[in-house]
Amino acid sequence: MGRKIGPRAVVKASTLKTLIQAKEQGQAIVLATSLENHSQLVFFPEAAETDGPLGVAVRDGFRTDRSRVVEFEGKRHFIQVINQPLKLLVVGAVHIAQTLIPMAQSCGYAVTLIDPRKAFASNDRFPGVAVRNEWPDKALAALGLNSRTAMVTLTHDPKLDEPALIKALDSDVFYIGALGSRRTHHGRCERLSEAGVSEEKLERIHAPIGLDIGATSPAEIAVSIMGEITSALRKRVNR
Amino acid sequence: MLNKDEEHSALETALGWYEQGLNVAIATVISTWGSSPRPTGSQLVVNEERQFEGSVSGGCVETAVIEEAMDVMDTGLPRLLSYGVSNEQAWEVGLACGGQIEVYVEPLWDEKSAPEQS
Repeated sequence: MGRKIGPRAVVKASTLKTLIQAKEQGQAIVLATSLENHSQLVFFPEAAETDGPLGVAVRDGFRTDRSRVVEFEGKRHFIQVINQPLKLLVVGAVHIAQTLIPMAQSCGYAVTLIDPRKAFASNDRFPGVAVRNEWPDKALAALGLNSRTAMVTLTHDPKLDEPALIKALDSDVFYIGALGSRRTHHGRCERLSEAGVSEEKLERIHAPIGLDIGATSPAEIAVSIMGEITSALRKRVNR
Repeated sequence: MLNKDEEHSALETALGWYEQGLNVAIATVISTWGSSPRPTGSQLVVNEERQFEGSVSGGCVETAVIEEAMDVMDTGLPRLLSYGVSNEQAWEVGLACGGQIEVYVEPLWDEKSAPEQS
């Protein structure tokens, strides 16, 4: 059953707190609002077993990730889907990361920066950013990779980038990008292939990373990467 | 639904105002037709001092929605608005893009102060 938050006419502070808390906990949620009597019900995915047309609409909302108005028994209801937050995992505390991270945060991503090299991933270079000074494969395992996650490798160093790529390719992250030229990528694919990564999986890597906009400076490359991540997210959702 | 993460920050702002003791209204785009600038689920939050965050259009109808939100805070009753080129207000407040949107505006109350449903 959905959790009934309020029988009365208007959005409650407690409902709003529930929505914000769900976001902080990385949980998807549906808010169903009757446009006739203004009652509101909050649903969690695991508890969306409500019978009848409302239950169908809520489950449909979780499945399609689309908010919409549904009508049944002559009454309109707004089904608002609030999905899990987007995550960006950046491997490599390099110059590009310094502009990519704030850009991604503006686009609504919770960003984690991963680099075992403490001199690179310092607080001075990345103030206020969540940093993990760990080997990327270990960090990625701890952070959790899901279909709302994007990962980029920026170190240019195979011993840092490649374990991260292997980990990401084993998950359903929606975007994987790897910095490096075509030639670098060719060599990388050969090594990953030897490590047992299938051809099909290698196809998932966006490399050379970013949209082809002729970017040269680190900030411009960050723009091209953010553009490519956005395209991967939105074109998938809207297809 | 697009831009949902942006919406969360508007909701957080709304809760922040509420906790400071301000009256707050939340406006949500519930449906769109044609080339509407902001997708379904986009939100604008307003407080009693007319401060606002977020958006329901590209700036085309925000001023009108803020006025409606002030009324919603006064009356405590939610309201359903629609804007578009076919709307009679089109010359005054409308969407230049030719799209149409429906916006649901609701007041934020705590359990104790919520009015009885009419």
